[in-house]
Amino acid sequence: MIGWLEALFRVGRKLAAKTVTVQYPEVKPKLPPRSRGRIVLTRDPDGQERCVACNLCAVACPVGCIDLSKAVAEDGRWYPEHFRINFARCIFCGYCEEACPTAAIQLTPDFELSEWRRDALVYDKQDLLIAGQGKVRGYRYWSVAGKAIAGKDKGEAEHEAPPVDLKGLRP
Amino acid sequence: MSVRIEIDGRIIEAKAGDDLLSVCLSHGIDVPYFCWHGALGSLGACRQCAVRVYSGPDDATGKIVMSCMTPATDGLRVSVADPEASNFRARVIEWLMVNHPHDCPVCEEAGSCHLQDMTVATGHNERRYRFDKRTHRNQDLGPLLTHEMNRCIACYRCTRFYRDYAGGRDLDAFGAHDNVYFGRAEDGVLESPFAGNLAEVCPTGVFNDKGWSHDYARKWDMRAAPSICPHCAVGCNLFVSERDGRVRRVQNRYHGALNGYFLCDRGRFGPLHVVSPQRFTAPQIAGAVVSEHDAVVAARAAIEQGAIGIGSPRASLEANYALRKLVGAERFFAGVSDAEAKLVRRIVEILRAGPGQIATLSEIEACDAVLVLGEDLTNVAPRIALSLRQTARGAERALATQKGVAHWLDQAVRTAGEGRRSPIVLATPAPDALDDVASLSLRLDPLSIAAFGDAVATALAGGDAPNKAVNIANVLAASERPLIIAGASLGAAQIVEAAAAIVAALGTKARIVLIAPEANSLGLALLGGDGVEAAAAALEADVARNVIVLENELFERAPRGAVDRLFAAATTVVALDALTTEISARADVALPVAAFSESAGTFVNYEGRAQRFFAAVQPQEYAPASWRRLAALGAGDWATLDAIIKDLIADQPELVGVVGAAPDASCSCAHGKIARAPRPLSAHTADDRAGRDPAATPKPDPDSPLSFGMEGARGADVPAALLTGYETHGLHSANAVTRFEEEIGGPLRGGDPGARLFKQGDAALSPAAPFAPIDGHGPLLVPLDDVFSGSETGRASALLAARAPAPRLLLHPDDAAALGLAECASVMLDGVACAAPLTLEPKLARGVVAVSVGKLLPRGPLRRVVVEAAR
Repeated sequence: MIGWLEALFRVGRKLAAKTVTVQYPEVKPKLPPRSRGRIVLTRDPDGQERCVACNLCAVACPVGCIDLSKAVAEDGRWYPEHFRINFARCIFCGYCEEACPTAAIQLTPDFELSEWRRDALVYDKQDLLIAGQGKVRGYRYWSVAGKAIAGKDKGEAEHEAPPVDLKGLRP
Repeated sequence: MSVRIEIDGRIIEAKAGDDLLSVCLSHGIDVPYFCWHGALGSLGACRQCAVRVYSGPDDATGKIVMSCMTPATDGLRVSVADPEASNFRARVIEWLMVNHPHDCPVCEEAGSCHLQDMTVATGHNERRYRFDKRTHRNQDLGPLLTHEMNRCIACYRCTRFYRDYAGGRDLDAFGAHDNVYFGRAEDGVLESPFAGNLAEVCPTGVFNDKGWSHDYARKWDMRAAPSICPHCAVGCNLFVSERDGRVRRVQNRYHGALNGYFLCDRGRFGPLHVVSPQRFTAPQIAGAVVSEHDAVVAARAAIEQGAIGIGSPRASLEANYALRKLVGAERFFAGVSDAEAKLVRRIVEILRAGPGQIATLSEIEACDAVLVLGEDLTNVAPRIALSLRQTARGAERALATQKGVAHWLDQAVRTAGEGRRSPIVLATPAPDALDDVASLSLRLDPLSIAAFGDAVATALAGGDAPNKAVNIANVLAASERPLIIAGASLGAAQIVEAAAAIVAALGTKARIVLIAPEANSLGLALLGGDGVEAAAAALEADVARNVIVLENELFERAPRGAVDRLFAAATTVVALDALTTEISARADVALPVAAFSESAGTFVNYEGRAQRFFAAVQPQEYAPASWRRLAALGAGDWATLDAIIKDLIADQPELVGVVGAAPDASCSCAHGKIARAPRPLSAHTADDRAGRDPAATPKPDPDSPLSFGMEGARGADVPAALLTGYETHGLHSANAVTRFEEEIGGPLRGGDPGARLFKQGDAALSPAAPFAPIDGHGPLLVPLDDVFSGSETGRASALLAARAPAPRLLLHPDDAAALGLAECASVMLDGVACAAPLTLEPKLARGVVAVSVGKLLPRGPLRRVVVEAAR
């Protein structure tokens, strides 16, 4: 008797509680920024592409759905000539983001990726590259890399001494 | 003599006197190292291979030593896992990384980097150093190599290879302490034809393959297949790596008896002719692109009317055999001049008859006296020249051993050896890159070289000979392992006969190397057939109306007149080739075929070693392997490579060894077929729009036990001839090869690949045929080979072409003066204007005119040409 009264009370109390269920899709859920949804390629604070086509995301990907190939821009930067993610295969594990040494590839909270055709789930670079920095603010890979590019000579990266003068006489 | 040592409780039998690091590595015990290299020995520069050794059972303290500098002595107890030694190694790598740039994402080396492997192995994963990094400016080192000095860890491997091993002079270490810099005195092309090895020797990303960087794919994205270099008769073993159906990079594949750890630049960059825009891709009739069907119908019609076949020394044994089968043995001709066909057949006869043993490259390095007759080794067979540089150090090594210096202490051997050199005599017409290691360099015209060789043979037999020949004969007679090198490059049968005579006089202790002109010249000679002149005569005599030319730019290999006669006499010329050549352009019917990187086959190298190469790239439907094309045209019913080899050995039982060149397609390892692809192969589902994983069902390869997928065996499970990489857990760079050698520098586990087809004493040596008279006036024509050019295939590689010098025409100044010619004069040879201006070369032999072969003139027999000023 006491048992079912207590159960009735517990259930009844929910009538007055705040609802957790969201009426999706009429109401869009607010997901935390670290949720793992659609993948984007971000840019650094100067608006330059962050991806240097190192291929680490591709090899970290457990399903092998990322394909890219390296090219070199006129200023010496490496960049992906093509970058393709097959979202029909992607399992949104976030390993690519974890592996990325330049904070280029990031997962976003957008999970609405349903399509009628499989083709439409293959995202190419123009679909992936966004204008902003995403979650990682202020990071410029090229300013810590040792490779010289136009506008950043040897010795001009962070924590770099000026190039050694080999013909100098000092010990 | 062997010793027993204990390494972390494991009892190991080791060769007495070997260094501890070699012992550890060849027993699969990982000790991190940088400066040690199997071919370059120990230096003790990097301090990375520290281990603790205990002098005996009573020693409880022990001491930390560098394992590469410590000999293995009986009863030694070693601890690699010792906490203090491990900590020492971790601190050393931390210090080596102090100035290392944050470059891995934009470094070509990453993923197959020895520095990465060693850093991970020692557990250093966090940077504590907070001060500024030292930086360097890079140099432009030419079209083949990149330079990124910031990545250097100062192991000195580059200069030790380039200067000490390969004899280069223009790369050096500059500066001091942590400023030390490895480069040239000023920007410029690295001159050594072995510079490409720096990309593999360097344990970090300082030197890298520029061609690969340009068309880049990470190691983990590339499928690789075992292959054979198609660019000279040595037959170095290669890994050919591809991604997206395009060959990206060629790397050395270790072979204990042949190329060892190193390739020449022609072998490393030349095979990229397969990605050149000169590739021939669409069937043509009379120069117009037609459908595959029409072209095949036209070719079949030509064959039905009766055709002769012209083989090729750059096509595989199987392709040549298929052609011979298609047209019949009496209508099969070698795609070279008559004289060359005869000369190479004679070379085969001499090699088979003995008594000289055919020297492998590792045996060349162990010889103690060498006579080179006529061959410009650095340009004809570059890898042999590199071996000869090691031969030269033989006397130095012997003296150092006498003094008790271990052979692996390379710098100490150099000091203790007092600069002694083993006797190497070069008798060549033109200045030779090996002059700096030769004890005597003779500049002679080809006929005098032969006469000199004969004089040495006479002196050895006790006859009368000039003093110089007697001296050399005495040196050869006194040595334990004398080596005679000759070949076909001057087109002079006299020289080859002279070499055979010397070897006959020296008896069984002698070693012989006879260098054939191309990768499969010996294979072609084994199938028989006369040259192009004979083919033209056969057509003119109405033996047949048509001609099929297999993978051959005949204008390179035979006199233009003979090839023109061939075209004039033939009703239809059918050409099969992977490259657009003058022949394929002029042919009535031209069919594209697979290049060496897209098909499997066998080459027979200068030692008569049959070596199998396998497709690195899946063949395109429009370009099947030559032998498949010929089978479809009616040569035979062969579905697989094994089927054609079976027929080949049934027809020619003496070639039965070809079967043993590599395991056949039925070979299966513990995990099934052998995977070309690494695991995981990235991007394998990126294009999977149909919902199926294409990598799960790769196209089968009927010609080999290799699979194009990533499922299957790899690494140590695989027979040596089928290695697709040095797959080892935790090791990703080429340095992992130590896991695959029986001992450091020794054969691969399970034996070096390839099957020797010749057994000495197989056949008696018939007396030499009388030499063709050399009529006419004027100087003797000496073909100038070049390591960066080779034949038409080599020139099709953009990277090699960027290094190839302009064609040259050389005369001795006195000869030029006698002809009234001055430097830079335009010259006519036999009445035909020569494209290159005259260069005066005081070091050239008298009585010869040296001309870049292939570019200016075809190869051919030794002859005289009339040299005159252009009108």
